[in-house]
Amino acid sequence: MDFQPTEERRMLADMIGKFIQNDYPMKARLTAGTSALGYCPEAYSKMAQLGLIGALFDEEVGGFGGSGFDIATVFTELGKGLVVEPLNDTAMTSGYILAHTDQLELVEQIILGQKRVALGLIENGADYDWSAPETLAHQTGSGWQLSGMKTCMKFAHGADALIVSAQTQSAPGISLFLIEAAAAGLSEHSFQTVDGGNACEITLHNTPAQLLGAEGAAYPLIDAAAARATLAVCAEALGVMERIKDMTIDYMRTRKQFGSVLGKFQALQHRVAQMLLEIEQAQSAVINAANDLQSPTDERNRAISAAKYSIGRIGCAVAEEAIQLHGGIGMTWEYDLGHFAKRLVMIDHEWGDQDFHLIRFSES
Amino acid sequence: MDLNFTEADQAFRQEVIEFLNAELPADISRRVHADLHVSKEDTEFWHAVLHKRGWLTFNWPKSFGGVGWSPVQQFIFEEECAAAGAPRILPFGLKMLAPVLMAFGSKEQQEHWLPRMCDGTDWWCQGYSEPGSGSDLASLKTTAVKQGDHYVINGQKTWTTLGQHANMIFCLVRTNSECKPQAGISFILVDLATPGIEMRPIRTLDGGQEVNEVFFTDVRVPASNLVGEENKGWTYAKYLLAHERNGIANVGISGQKLARLKRLSLSQKRRGKPLADDPLFAARLARLEIELRNLETTNLRVLDEFSKGAGPGPESSMLKIIGSELEQNFDDLTRRALGRQAQAHMPEVFEPGYNGPQVAPQDMANQSAAYFNKRKVSIYGGSNEIQKNIITKMILGL
Ligand SMILES: Cc1cc2nc3c(=O)[nH]c(=O)nc-3n(C[C@H](O)[C@H](O)[C@H](O)COP(=O)(O)OP(=O)(O)OC[C@H]3O[C@@H](n4cnc5c(N)ncnc54)[C@H](O)[C@@H]3O)c2cc1C
Repeated sequence: MDFQPTEERRMLADMIGKFIQNDYPMKARLTAGTSALGYCPEAYSKMAQLGLIGALFDEEVGGFGGSGFDIATVFTELGKGLVVEPLNDTAMTSGYILAHTDQLELVEQIILGQKRVALGLIENGADYDWSAPETLAHQTGSGWQLSGMKTCMKFAHGADALIVSAQTQSAPGISLFLIEAAAAGLSEHSFQTVDGGNACEITLHNTPAQLLGAEGAAYPLIDAAAARATLAVCAEALGVMERIKDMTIDYMRTRKQFGSVLGKFQALQHRVAQMLLEIEQAQSAVINAANDLQSPTDERNRAISAAKYSIGRIGCAVAEEAIQLHGGIGMTWEYDLGHFAKRLVMIDHEWGDQDFHLIRFSES
Repeated sequence: MDLNFTEADQAFRQEVIEFLNAELPADISRRVHADLHVSKEDTEFWHAVLHKRGWLTFNWPKSFGGVGWSPVQQFIFEEECAAAGAPRILPFGLKMLAPVLMAFGSKEQQEHWLPRMCDGTDWWCQGYSEPGSGSDLASLKTTAVKQGDHYVINGQKTWTTLGQHANMIFCLVRTNSECKPQAGISFILVDLATPGIEMRPIRTLDGGQEVNEVFFTDVRVPASNLVGEENKGWTYAKYLLAHERNGIANVGISGQKLARLKRLSLSQKRRGKPLADDPLFAARLARLEIELRNLETTNLRVLDEFSKGAGPGPESSMLKIIGSELEQNFDDLTRRALGRQAQAHMPEVFEPGYNGPQVAPQDMANQSAAYFNKRKVSIYGGSNEIQKNIITKMILGL
């Protein structure tokens, strides 16, 4: 057994840390997160040039990583910098689907940062279940056309293409389709997300689309892509929590009330100690999930659900606790903590929240 | 023991409900239910409506123009106002400063300031906290030095809620630094138009603007604005806190949130079924409902003691802790109920004439922002940790 990261992954992590330090200060992040696109195209293409997207793909499809631990390494570091760039949503997850449906040319462009492809699986925004889309695909003389809607598609605004799930008349399962952003009958309503970033409501009306993979057979592929996406947000949350913990400890070392630093009050000491041990548990959950990403489906999904449940429960608790321990300053826009806390809580709203995954784990 | 409301109480509740039905405009109620920041206009409008009916000062003693309601009636009033979505009565003047003036202010001060609070002439804000003095309020450093018939104030206050709308601020200031910190504090009323005052907004993490910092540079305030005696301000500030127990548990607001959440859980879907059928969600909701029922009775028990004339005590700390955490837990569960919709930040949907798509259900578009904003309720008004310190000392004697 060896819990040390490999030399390559250490270098990868260092490189991301330096990128954030030099090119991605908090101010830039906030500007990017509240812009119309919800991210910063220059930073995004620089990250692609540095190979951060390539690190999320297998060698066979043109990347140089793609394992659970590669994903965990990249996203934990991105979380530490609260990076809002859509590496998960419009590169890794959609790219994984494209790589497994013979779209290698597009995957190459994604890895180089030249194209972004958004992914739409959800139609009822209250639900996390993507297994029964109502969007309908029907065959026409020249190909397929889609009608329906998708909600909360992250970073779909400005994407070059979209992948959406749909049902067809002839096959019972889920099918996946690729749609050009400029396709006829596609309309988009773009909005900001609470944690910075962008998402879209998409409606499709007889929109021309290309079938990806075999008709009705997309479930296992979506499931595998979702596992990667879920691992990525779990790892990101870990990086976010790491920073929140550091900020909180720093603050407790310096903020004085009643003639003493906050860190001397035992009631508060115990709470930070609790925070620390919860984060350690969260980290173990993410390691388990990264390790099982390549395992048989059931094992993989159990580990992913265990991680997402742990991250959801612990993340929300850490966010709330850190704000409380900071007092008023933790409530402000100017102080970084609030932005980290918002992202951490919102991660519980992506790819299934803690309750959703607790049930999925118990049923598996 | 009889836990039932009396017939008179029930008739009173009906009267309140009828009043709210007749007087509370639907658009204001909608904004309050949606947890939007309440505008200055909405607050002032509602104050005027209540004032006209004589209910704005519902918790004042009769001798000062109050209505003489029992604590239980006051409780009913606040509960129904919350259920109907009425704007909260701005506490700073009517609920905080007023009792202090009644107990310690001069006759002239009472006659001058109390009516102006009611008729909307003055909007008060609270100048207690400073950058270096939050929980340890007694360490405050803003000084007031007597020069002839004026005090000259220098220093900084912070976290001043809705200071941007205010024309008056009541401050705790240091008038003696040669003694125990608590013994050198005074309570003074300051006109915000006085030269030397600068107010700057502080943006909160949800993007809202409700707090400010206030800088004082050689601000000359008439000595007649000092409340009570010089260096007794700490006693007045503590008196204020202990008297602020009515409504502190926010039972009405949590009750309204429970009802809203129950409705939401029927229309939201999880795994294709109503959210109410999700066993984990149902358990979370049940837990909160049970806690709210418990708190209702705890609250009424404390009010009952109060009506029997028990002096100010630390029970308000108990209500503050349970009430604030419960309110936060309702906001937390509401956010969860929204699923992915919680990510959408779309304040534009509340703008008049908006007819674009809605991601979250009707009027729920601000719920995530509200969840983050409500983290404040366990921090302000004496943080929950400080309330626990008070309980430990005053109730447990440890
Ligand atoms: C939205 C908002 C509105 C506000 N409005 C007003 C207003 O209108 N007027 C006004 O005067 N003030 C206002 N406040 C200020 C509020 O009262 C203070 O934030 C509060 O008293 C806490 O002080 P602090 O922020 O300096 O935190 P600190 O005192 O620095 O506390 C930081 C953390 O340490 C804990 N802590 C401190 N001392 C101890 C101890 N001895 N034992 C255990 N734990 C401890 C606290 O509970 C907190 O968790 C407002 C604050 C907020 C957030």
